[in-house]
Amino acid sequence: MNREVRLVDTTLRDGSHAMAHQFTEQNVRDTVRALDDAGISLIEVTHGDGLGGSTFNYGFSLVDERKLIAAAVDEARQARIAVLLLPGLGTVTDLKAAADLGAGAVRIATHCTEADVSMQHFAAARDLGLETVGFLMLSHMATPEELAKQGRIMVDAGCECVYVVDSAGALILEEAADRIAALVAEFGTAAEVGYHGHQNLSFGVANSVLGYRAGARQIDGSLVALGAGAGNSPTEVLAATFERLGVATGVDKDALMDAAENVVKPYITRLPVMDRSSIVQGFAGVYSSFLLHAERAAQRYGVPAHEILYRVGERRYVGGQEDMIIDIALGLAVERDG
Amino acid sequence: MAAIVGPGNIGTDLLAKLGRSERIDVRYMVGVDPASDGLARAAGLGVQTSADGVDWLLGRDEPPDLVFEATSARAHAGSAPRYAEAGIQAIDLTPAAVGPFTCPVVNLPEHLDAPNLNMITCGGQATIPIVHAVSRVTPVPYAEIVASVSSRSAGPGTRANIDEFTETTALGIERVGGAARGKAIIIINPMEPPMIMRDTVFCAIDPDADRDAISASIHRMVRDVQVYVPGYTLKAEPQFDDPRPDWNGRGRVAVFLEVAGNGDYLPTYAGNLDIMTAAAAQVGELLAERIVEQRGVRA
Repeated sequence: MNREVRLVDTTLRDGSHAMAHQFTEQNVRDTVRALDDAGISLIEVTHGDGLGGSTFNYGFSLVDERKLIAAAVDEARQARIAVLLLPGLGTVTDLKAAADLGAGAVRIATHCTEADVSMQHFAAARDLGLETVGFLMLSHMATPEELAKQGRIMVDAGCECVYVVDSAGALILEEAADRIAALVAEFGTAAEVGYHGHQNLSFGVANSVLGYRAGARQIDGSLVALGAGAGNSPTEVLAATFERLGVATGVDKDALMDAAENVVKPYITRLPVMDRSSIVQGFAGVYSSFLLHAERAAQRYGVPAHEILYRVGERRYVGGQEDMIIDIALGLAVERDG
Repeated sequence: MAAIVGPGNIGTDLLAKLGRSERIDVRYMVGVDPASDGLARAAGLGVQTSADGVDWLLGRDEPPDLVFEATSARAHAGSAPRYAEAGIQAIDLTPAAVGPFTCPVVNLPEHLDAPNLNMITCGGQATIPIVHAVSRVTPVPYAEIVASVSSRSAGPGTRANIDEFTETTALGIERVGGAARGKAIIIINPMEPPMIMRDTVFCAIDPDADRDAISASIHRMVRDVQVYVPGYTLKAEPQFDDPRPDWNGRGRVAVFLEVAGNGDYLPTYAGNLDIMTAAAAQVGELLAERIVEQRGVRA
């Protein structure tokens, strides 16, 4: 197939955050079937925080992710099913279980300056014969040069495509493109580069276009933007945009729009929106999945969610430190009560 | 009489802590690199040092009673049988887990006679006491811990095998902490200046569990840990959440801890490393107490 950029769909992984990890097996089956029919070649299905993410800290899954992965594998005809793994949370044991269920790819995610914690997982993934992708999360927190060095660690460990992951939706135009260009220059032909955007400041699709022009060859999206914070770059908008630009994606934009309207929208419990809290996330550089946790802590302790999120940004907490949201809310409550 | 095997940051910090002990006399420190800063530093303090490793140590006319091992899991797995054969009690700071998991404030009395005691993990030493503090009051079907450590304090060994941390800590939460099921999460944070180690402990509890008794037990446990880790503090009162359907109808207690190190050799933010050396020193102290009682000489 003459494809110039690969659209990867993460509705069933990043969207898990927006759904508070309450996907049903039927949601997964219907979505995978529609994405597969539309020509999407890689579909990510896991708890929002990756394998093993069903916890107090990140929220328990309604349905065991292994059951959801198996259902996705069962529905997919041409597409490969990917799983997400965050070292320090998910383990090689979890990865083997996912591979046994038929997952064909793994996306291994670390904080953007800590890539070396992924080496054992990349080695295991290669042994399992999985397609390997690396995620440098909160990429806005590292310079393009630093990011390229970190990406190199993943490539040397066996990663076939490293993503600039804008977990906070904080990158604006050339801030994204420069990082992608730095990785492309570093890797040459050794590995591809990808881009994963969030809509907190509304730049997901624009950054994706610039990212493609800077050399990114895999771009993430979610149907109806279903994802953490204000959501991801909508897959159906990416498809329409690239088609308008004459960039071949190999997917059917109309089938994706149909999937967004008729499959995903009906089950979404809360449409992704750029509200005060998610805009603050983009502005202050806060991991997008902190949103619902901040809202819950805000309600529990009677303090504003956006103030919690501003403080998360000030303290430079990274992905996975959701527990610190409660800690901050407690601190704000003490300040309020004098 | 005691020896430290492994003259890296951990071994050097341990030497500083044991240097304050009235019962333990660190006579030897060994490594494998003649250019080691740690060995030079120890020699300057009057400790007999060698870069010829365990062979040298076991060849001493006066072998140690206790050996503190701060090398790697692989190295310790090789040396452990040799220590046992020589009748030397080993306190293992590596993830080798040759001997029983040991947390000073929870189960040390059970293992005083063990030939080899394993110190679990840094996150385990920080959180297992709290899980135990809850489980001694009310059943804990599930406990989960989140350890956040500074990037500077996460060494290459931890990074190359991070699953070892999550899996070993989870086992420790079950076996030593008393939870039916354990889960451990580690986060490495690169902020500058480095963040002080933080640990959060979540325990599932029955809807009608006695919250006051749980809180009192947690406070008592924090004071017990502070005996050997003065920088071990509660950042807030234990937080109780009402039962939820997605928690299988159980309630939850959440405990927010900060672990600041003593700043002996390791920086204070590296509470994760400090709590390992402090716990090992505390174990050594109690083992030495018995040796002193039995023989009337310093261990």
